[in-house]
Amino acid sequence: MTNSATSQKTPLYNDHVKANARMVDFAGWIMPIQYEGLKEEHFYTRNHVGLFDVSHMGEIRVKGTKAVESLQWLTTNDISTLENGQAHYGLLPNHEGGLVDDIFVYCLEKNADYLVCVNASNKDKDFAWMIKNNKGADIIDESSIWGQIAIQGPEALELCDKTFNIKVSEMARNQIKKSTFNNHQIMIATTGYTGEKGCEVFIEAKGTSDLWNALLNNTSPKAKPIGLGARDTLRTEMKFSLYGHEIDDASNPYEATLGWAMKPNAKDFIGKAPMLKAKELGLKRKLIGFKMLERGIPRQGYEIKKETGEKIGLVTSGTHSPTLDEPIGIAYVETAFTTEGSQFFVDIRGKLVKAHVVKTPFVNKT
Amino acid sequence: MSFNIPENYLYTKDHEWALIQSNIATIGITEFAKDQLGEVVYVDLPKVGDKLNQNQTFGVVESVKAVSDLYAPISGTVTEINASLLDNPDSLNTSPNTDGWLIKVQIASESEIPGLMKSEDYKKLITQS
Repeated sequence: MTNSATSQKTPLYNDHVKANARMVDFAGWIMPIQYEGLKEEHFYTRNHVGLFDVSHMGEIRVKGTKAVESLQWLTTNDISTLENGQAHYGLLPNHEGGLVDDIFVYCLEKNADYLVCVNASNKDKDFAWMIKNNKGADIIDESSIWGQIAIQGPEALELCDKTFNIKVSEMARNQIKKSTFNNHQIMIATTGYTGEKGCEVFIEAKGTSDLWNALLNNTSPKAKPIGLGARDTLRTEMKFSLYGHEIDDASNPYEATLGWAMKPNAKDFIGKAPMLKAKELGLKRKLIGFKMLERGIPRQGYEIKKETGEKIGLVTSGTHSPTLDEPIGIAYVETAFTTEGSQFFVDIRGKLVKAHVVKTPFVNKT
Repeated sequence: MSFNIPENYLYTKDHEWALIQSNIATIGITEFAKDQLGEVVYVDLPKVGDKLNQNQTFGVVESVKAVSDLYAPISGTVTEINASLLDNPDSLNTSPNTDGWLIKVQIASESEIPGLMKSEDYKKLITQS
């Protein structure tokens, strides 16, 4: 165990320890990597309903009459399209056209009040960046105020309807609604990182453990806690980007296949010119999903090569997919090798192992 | 959690075991190592005839989450590998001490044997970690 003295604890730390979770240091937080086992937890989420402690995620509030103007400049997606209670995925670009982070923006009150959910590992950097490039909004770091629980899986909405005062099953995807739970302020968002139905609930930190245990104590449907290990295999099967893997401060969003979160025709934003210029000049590489044609598991950092040994790419994420029971990988490769069926080799500990490009997501979900 | 740590095996701090029978050492990973890894989904082993030096990596075991190197407890020449693990590592998951053995090695230098850990010392090592 590597619980350094400076690591932060979420409001659910004691609950994880009581449940005998294996705890690890992640992005400065002591987090559960697994409870009963990664594979069991992965399948429980795909088949039933899993609970994820995502309290380490950062929450940044952007308010005031300049909120929209500031968010339009700071993010790539078009904030003006968000009505009350709507949310979308977006990117925080830097001036060079790379990415400070990827984010979710929730509209709590149009033109006045927005919530930006950011990665735990980037929160302090994001907050400082937003303050520095602010166009007059009130930007407040509310991360210590909010706990966060993700409820994901085919039985998630049934569990939510039994637990909350509002019918979560009747909310469309990417919506957010305010409510209360045992007198604690909550916000329920129909978003997630697994490809499953469900929601992510922001709750006042002091109420997080109450909600966690109420969800776990429900007998039908029966939820189980899920660790960061399964969270990673679930998102990899969907080819969802993870900052530090698929994207970083040097990533072009078009290469990362995140063009759908870019609205350059609607507005100006930080880094727009270099991003578009790179696209005009022709993208050198693209993020693709691949499977192995020979034995071996791809891992982050392994090089993609031609048979001659010439490097043509880099693996950003790789694992053994529990759902498919075979290795899967995500990689940047030169554009000539990005069409479905294109073959290349993964350098696994000095051995060239054959692989080919496949359709993604690896696992189909509706 | 309690682990079966056979008394007639010798151990390393890297959680491998060695069963010495005349000049042949059978080598595997301990139940503790297996538990730390989670379910093993992939195994890489050396070839018969490969020469191993003590503490040198001779293969890997991978779970969904992690890649772990295997270190030779003792120097010698590989005489046999458990090839069934390459297609299906289930026996390594269910019986790491027995059916899930990895390789057999013809011992190069018996002088290395006294340096390996006895079962009671290995038991102490894993209860401390």
